[in-house]
Amino acid sequence: MATVETREARQPWILLAPALTAVALLLLVPLAFIAVYSFWLRTATGADIAGFHTDNWAEALSDPFYRDILLGTLRIAAITTLVCALAGYPAAYFIARSKANRAILLLLLMLPFWVSYIIRTMSWINILGVSGAFNSALLAMGVIGQPIQMLYNEATVILGLVHFLLPFMVLNVYVSLEGIDETLEQAANSLGATRWQAFREVTLPLSLPGLAAGGLLCFVLAAGTYITPLVLGGPTDAMFANLVFEAIITQLDWPLGSALSLMLLAILGALVALYNHFVGMSQIARGFG
Amino acid sequence: MIQPAVQLRDIVKRFGSFVAVHPTSLEIPEGAFVTLLGPSGCGKTTTLRMIAGLLDPSEGEIAIKGRRVNEVPIHKRNLGLVFQNYALFPHRTVAENVAFGLRYRGVAREDIRRRVAEALALVQLPDLGHRYPRELSGGQQQRVALARAIVIEPDVLLLDEPLSALDANLREDMRVELKRIQHRLGITTVFVTHDQGEALAMSDRIVVMSAGRVEQAGPPEEVYNTPATEFVARFLGASNILGARVAAAGDGEVVLDADHFGRITLPPERARGVGPGARAKLVIRAEKLGLSPPGAPPGDGISIDGRIETVDYQGQVARYFVRVGDTQLQAINMIDEHPFSEGDAVAIRLRPRDCAALAGDAT
Repeated sequence: MATVETREARQPWILLAPALTAVALLLLVPLAFIAVYSFWLRTATGADIAGFHTDNWAEALSDPFYRDILLGTLRIAAITTLVCALAGYPAAYFIARSKANRAILLLLLMLPFWVSYIIRTMSWINILGVSGAFNSALLAMGVIGQPIQMLYNEATVILGLVHFLLPFMVLNVYVSLEGIDETLEQAANSLGATRWQAFREVTLPLSLPGLAAGGLLCFVLAAGTYITPLVLGGPTDAMFANLVFEAIITQLDWPLGSALSLMLLAILGALVALYNHFVGMSQIARGFG
Repeated sequence: MIQPAVQLRDIVKRFGSFVAVHPTSLEIPEGAFVTLLGPSGCGKTTTLRMIAGLLDPSEGEIAIKGRRVNEVPIHKRNLGLVFQNYALFPHRTVAENVAFGLRYRGVAREDIRRRVAEALALVQLPDLGHRYPRELSGGQQQRVALARAIVIEPDVLLLDEPLSALDANLREDMRVELKRIQHRLGITTVFVTHDQGEALAMSDRIVVMSAGRVEQAGPPEEVYNTPATEFVARFLGASNILGARVAAAGDGEVVLDADHFGRITLPPERARGVGPGARAKLVIRAEKLGLSPPGAPPGDGISIDGRIETVDYQGQVARYFVRVGDTQLQAINMIDEHPFSEGDAVAIRLRPRDCAALAGDAT
């Protein structure tokens, strides 16, 4: 007969079991396959050679082509995160401080998620494309004589990523701002701080965990994206995930693609671990709450 | 003429069509401890927030030390504000919290350290400067909030229900403590509470508010003993309100014929606004009704018979609900050995000079 204590100790595991099973089967097992694959060798003809070969890793880590694209990917992710933070913070602050309209504003924030991310990304072609809304308007006003090519460069990739990721940032910052007692700013004001000083000394530092959580999400999602550069980027704007896609789908080089994808995973994983060490994962969980 | 520390002239606060504070004028003398007392929604906190500058009055004028402050933003008003939830900065240590206001006043670093230490010593937390607020108990946090507010030597200290988040015992300790500090510093203080015990214990002057209006303002004894309105009589302490007819008024006394108790003669200051031939309300505090076994000698008062219906035992005192004819009276008496029991017949005694009368008919 199980004691009350053992039953109570068992209960969380029973509740977690379905999710843990799904994660194990759908994530950990395939990941193990990928890890094993990365040490196989591809042959020009015929089947891949199983075994423990470090050739793929040597190529992935030493080829400057991969390194440059990796650095470019991290740079684009960093710029995207920065733009999201700068644009998202004021919006989150506004929502957190508005009383009557808060529900509507939050609904508006969620609205983009009702449309597929790919459709949202493609919509920029209708806006910025050669025959898009922006060019048509400029032509009609006579500002330009010929349509300008605005798409397919790094700027439009970042634009598309910001469009995709901004709600994640706003939501995370909003949650942390919402948890800050309004009387703290009032107390700071009463002690002699102007509104801006009170914000800088009290509200901003207290909302940093939310900003960090939003930043982490934006960075990781931006660094791992391949649809945005595919749709809105030019030939030279490939990001690291595009290389993985290329290796596996186009060149059918599963071993190299596996090594590349694990490389990206390791870098982003290290970032998450750093974040977890300094801020803690519970902040991100709050952002989805 | 001595200038009041805070002066409110016909201030009004409206939120949309709702009037939170009707035209109110108030003078708070320098160094006084003034309490705004009333139930929730009576406008006391709104009034405090207007003095603080957290709300702008819809009409009227607010002056602090003779200077009109309507247009002065909160950070330039030099006020000490203590909130119900303490509002300590969680990411700053206790010492940094207390130093916050001094930094904005350009105080030199050594002076900041000295004054923070002095303020923490004054609230009896001398060794906790390096701790974070979350490491302190509720009472300690409240003391830090007080230290943070007084260290800047504000013109006025504003306390918004500062004790209501504390346990009952701690609350009583803190109110003695708060009064001691206020007395020591001689700082003009406006205290908002819904707790009559706090108001009576701490204040030089109580302003009783209800539904956005001042019902009565005066020293605690005056407000308690001679309530100006039925609301004040019912809100402060437990009162019995009986119907009465005014038999005669004038010549230094007012004579009433009250329900159950019969003829009662009051000095005019205890029966303001009561005219001859009219109806009046006789206010009797529950603790002024003395219960004794039937047949005991009557003493210097009026004695009538009643029967105990309910006993609310509270340790050193008991609150009794006593049936007299068609009326139930409340009596709060010290307990001498044993309280009375339900169903006991008792003599109810009253000294007329312990009553007060209000104009109007009892409902």
